[in-house]
Amino acid sequence: MSLFDWFANRRKADPVQPDGRERDIADGLWTKCEACSVMSYTKDLKANQRVCSECGHHHRVFSDERIQQLIDPETWVSLNAQITPEDPLKFRDRKAYSDRIRETQAKTHLQDAVQTGVGQIDGLPVALGVMDFRFMGGSMGSVVGEKLTRLIEQGTQAQMPVVIVCASGGARMQEGMLSLMQMAKISGALERHREARLLYIPVLSHPTTGGVTASFAMLGDIILAEPKATIAFAGRRVVEQTLREKLPDDFQTAEYLLSHGFVDAIIPRTQLKSTLAQLIRLHQPTPTLATVS
Amino acid sequence: MLGYFGDFVDMATTERKPILLDFEKPLVELEDRIQQIRELAEDNAVDVSAQIHQLESRADQLRQEIFTSLTPAQRLQVARHPRRPSTLDYIQAMSDEWIELHGDRGSGTDDQALVGGIARFNGRAVVMLGNQKGRDMKDNVVRNFGMASPGGYRKALRLMQHANRFGMPIFTFIDTPGAYPGFEAEEMGQGEAIAYNLREMFALEVPILCTVIGEGGSGGALGIGVGDCLIMLEHSVYTVASPEACAAILWKDATRAPQAAEALKITAWDLKNFGILDVLLNEPIGGAHANPLKTTEILKDALQENLNRLLALAPQDLKQQRYEKFRRIGVFAEAHTVSA
Ligand SMILES: [Zn+2]
Repeated sequence: MSLFDWFANRRKADPVQPDGRERDIADGLWTKCEACSVMSYTKDLKANQRVCSECGHHHRVFSDERIQQLIDPETWVSLNAQITPEDPLKFRDRKAYSDRIRETQAKTHLQDAVQTGVGQIDGLPVALGVMDFRFMGGSMGSVVGEKLTRLIEQGTQAQMPVVIVCASGGARMQEGMLSLMQMAKISGALERHREARLLYIPVLSHPTTGGVTASFAMLGDIILAEPKATIAFAGRRVVEQTLREKLPDDFQTAEYLLSHGFVDAIIPRTQLKSTLAQLIRLHQPTPTLATVS
Repeated sequence: MLGYFGDFVDMATTERKPILLDFEKPLVELEDRIQQIRELAEDNAVDVSAQIHQLESRADQLRQEIFTSLTPAQRLQVARHPRRPSTLDYIQAMSDEWIELHGDRGSGTDDQALVGGIARFNGRAVVMLGNQKGRDMKDNVVRNFGMASPGGYRKALRLMQHANRFGMPIFTFIDTPGAYPGFEAEEMGQGEAIAYNLREMFALEVPILCTVIGEGGSGGALGIGVGDCLIMLEHSVYTVASPEACAAILWKDATRAPQAAEALKITAWDLKNFGILDVLLNEPIGGAHANPLKTTEILKDALQENLNRLLALAPQDLKQQRYEKFRRIGVFAEAHTVSA
């Protein structure tokens, strides 16, 4: 899904009529599965990491909840939360970028589209970045670039593995070329982390597209993806315009990328934490074996 | 050696009908009038040389005025001018010798939209590569309008790593609307190919000089754009997304492209302000296509001068400086919490 699709979908979303069950949906008490239409008690859905217990559909999960799902309780230390976006281009489309920032911050209680920090996964120290699609489609501007770069630099310095959960429509156009350059900046930090022989695992959630796909999402030593996540460089509609025939239904899905050799494994969310822990352990130096008598 | 210049000289001759941009119209009208007066004078055997001289200097002035006050949308038109010199034009014109190399050794194709090889530049062996647009419609089909596929980016990386192994500096020339957004390109991992280049270019230990000669289109440009020195020709542009795409997404109206071009801050001066651009090169009046040989001279001098500066650095310092150059890019606010 490109930013374009994101805007289009956002437009399509009709307000729910407040009527009985529907009112409960609006209240957030019940959630209707987009895939199988089964109604779940939101609390149960959340307990199952927002995976539909009926059909296995992975609903969107935002940064706070994702951090709770992955990081051991009481071990999370948020980093650089004080960094906030500016409006260097004085950009204005149908709305001023500065207003867009303020409104989105008020609505999401986020400073920008990524949260970063250090914590433990099953007792293993890790530097974790989690993108948040609610903040302008998870778009990458200067703040996302700076926070992720600092996170990776910290990981290199402290000799920690880095995990980044991706969810993004791509570069943030409102910051122009400064956004594009964040792709290079983050990739440079990853080069140093790699040079230090440290492990980096991106987790591609729905959707991971554009400039994020063309940089840190695809630079993992091991790349994991969530089931059915859209993973793309160019938006589906743009690709369609270059073709006469119809695109395959599974085009640009996690499954498609797996079969084409671009991701290592598709991991259901309920197994993500244990898989990350397993992979990190497998990359730790083998303890010296005691002499077996 | 002149044989190399075949296509190039042809581009500069006035034999071919010039392609005019709408904002050049007043200039063309004035030049037509000068021609008329000249013909009239000849027919009637009167001396109008003083008058013609005056009109010609007015034309020069007008040309200067037009090209020094272009809007971003007009500059984009110059950057996309079909006669604007391309990567191969510059490479062939500034090299003592040049051998093109092909293929990425994997995709089973050779991408014609991204070319590269080894050249001798002022006596030194250098790897040169870049996006290649077509010189006419037929050539553009072969060159895919300068939109490279994953195979092109992987070929570029192969050549850059070759340069690294043999201690050759790298010159890249950027001129693309963007990486190709096609079905096969996605299937073969367009995102992965670009991402890989971004990271690996930071690992190279030879000087990398990147020049935007026309259109710097998003990730497709950046995929060969991580270097020690970024140079831009005056009428080239560098964008996060094409103004057309940006207008369609943010304004929901592709006809707002000129407005988007303005808002996106895509000119060399804008990039200089943001600390992204190192060297801004003035083009001859009328743009690079009006005088390709002069433009080549200007670019060649700038490349040599900046190469000398970079060759003086030890490989580790070069890498460190490249890292820091990109590390600084970004504008954000940081509220410092006062610690007790
Ligand atoms: Zn379901």
